[in-house]
Amino acid sequence: MSAITPDDVAHLARLARLELTADELDHYAAQLDVIVSSVARVSEVAADDVPPTSHPLPLVNVTRPDVARPGLGAADALAGAPAVEDDRFRVPRILDQD
Amino acid sequence: MSASTASTKPTSPVPFDEALTRYEPVLGLEVHVELGTESKMFCACPTAFGAEPNTQVCPVCLALPGTLPVINSIAVESIIRMGLALNCTIVEWCRMARKNYFYPDMPKNYQISQYDEPICVDGYLDVVVPLPDGEGTTTVRVGIERVHLEEDTGKLTHAGGATGRIHGADYSLVDYNRAGIPLVEIVTKPITDTGALAPAVAKAYVAELRDIMRGLGVSDVKMEEGSLRCDANVSLNRPGDEWGTRTETKNVNSLRSVERAVRSEIERQAGVLDAGGRITQETRHFHEDTGVTTPGRSKEQAEDYRYFPEPDLVPIAPDAAWVEQLRATIPEQPSIRRARLAQDWGIGAFEMESLVNAGVLQLVETSVEEGVEPDAARKWWAGELLRVANERGVEPQDLPVAPGDIKRVEELIAAGTINDKLARSVFDGIISGEGDADAVVAARGLTVVSDDSALLAAIEQALVDQPDVAEKIRGGKVAAAGAIVGAVMKATRGQADAGKVRTLLLDHLGVAEG
Repeated sequence: MSAITPDDVAHLARLARLELTADELDHYAAQLDVIVSSVARVSEVAADDVPPTSHPLPLVNVTRPDVARPGLGAADALAGAPAVEDDRFRVPRILDQD
Repeated sequence: MSASTASTKPTSPVPFDEALTRYEPVLGLEVHVELGTESKMFCACPTAFGAEPNTQVCPVCLALPGTLPVINSIAVESIIRMGLALNCTIVEWCRMARKNYFYPDMPKNYQISQYDEPICVDGYLDVVVPLPDGEGTTTVRVGIERVHLEEDTGKLTHAGGATGRIHGADYSLVDYNRAGIPLVEIVTKPITDTGALAPAVAKAYVAELRDIMRGLGVSDVKMEEGSLRCDANVSLNRPGDEWGTRTETKNVNSLRSVERAVRSEIERQAGVLDAGGRITQETRHFHEDTGVTTPGRSKEQAEDYRYFPEPDLVPIAPDAAWVEQLRATIPEQPSIRRARLAQDWGIGAFEMESLVNAGVLQLVETSVEEGVEPDAARKWWAGELLRVANERGVEPQDLPVAPGDIKRVEELIAAGTINDKLARSVFDGIISGEGDADAVVAARGLTVVSDDSALLAAIEQALVDQPDVAEKIRGGKVAAAGAIVGAVMKATRGQADAGKVRTLLLDHLGVAEG
């Protein structure tokens, strides 16, 4: 039984703004299903007395003082950008036109 | 694109008062407050408003590989103080969460926020709402669902196309200076049973929040600079029915707009419902110029954000003793303080509002605490000192005038050493750095002329200059005395006591006070 369906992949692809063919949806559904079911095995060994954890370190309240430091200059910040205009990152059109 | 034609067919708005006869509004307000910290939420980049694009960015807030966030301690302190001021419970333990979405306003492709573990929960705020037609006020308790910590996003500019809007743009430009500035989101519980007061409640709530944040000193809360932003959720239902579908109106950038946006959305939704349509759950944009809302992008469902606990950060667990220390720093709620002071000073709501709007309430209060009479403190701060501050382009509190100066000036007036007119010159001297009130009086020679012979000489000269007036007074027309008093005041450059001049004049002419 496959837990991840091609429809699930299509939904995720839409959220990630990826365009996938029907073949690709099937292909990734199968791959993702292997990954998800492998990870799901953790729950087989996690007993009720093992709380879910989001961090391996038993720490809380790791903070820094509120002190500002100069960042990168605009030239360095934009150096790796594929497209730049007016010292801003230039990105493709966000919404398709109706 | 929409499958429903009923909800997209244009309908005419229903006039507000009429809409309220058929529908009950339910409000939910989400207010974002940019904290006034020196550095960003998770990195040390500066947070100044108005800097050149992409000059306040670093590998962390640009999401370059290999970087890790570290929480700003003052941001945590600030949000706890905000939660306490809003009567919230501060949780013992909570985590940040990743909100995943693909949009270029965040270079990480996620925003670090909080999801099911907000740091402050279940509070309330009592707001004073003016009733229509000046019929006094009513107090409405607005429940606070949650107050949580997150990071602000970058600023997009849509280029190309005709309108500068996202629709029809050819491409967009991104400035990440704002990305990562600490942001606090305050979410109300549904606000019901407000009826026609709903727009006024929304405005009063945001105004009170703004005053609270300012009093806490956690943010400069400037709506025009976006450091306080309001999203208004509005739905309508017929009395007795379940709540309707809500819309979320964004881009509400002034207190007046909060009121107008809620009002306009009630009128629009009533039109759609009257025509048998359905309200689409969507984000709408408010337009300052036309006062109406238009649809924005349809809202992704909450689960589409695929929230999960942020693995790059450890939990926040505020120490209970520390929270109690912070609780002791929370000032009295602004509306309660204003009501108390108005009563103490014997002034009405209108006078109080003018002090608040002039930005001198704190100065008046401090002066009164230092022993200045409330009327005198109000007179100087809301009058001459405010005028001088405006003239010099500074805030009143930045004038080098201490409460003690006002107290001393008032003593000098009471003693007859100076009058109100000379007092203005004394303040001018103090502000110009010529020393304290006594020093300015001495240096500028500002004492009232109280030497009777000097005043009499001036009176006689004035009578000679205006023989017709002198004749009238001698004939019993005491009202004409003003012209002679005025001439004497002018001759002494304002340094005489007008009442005393008048008495001397009438004595001199042997005329009784009419």
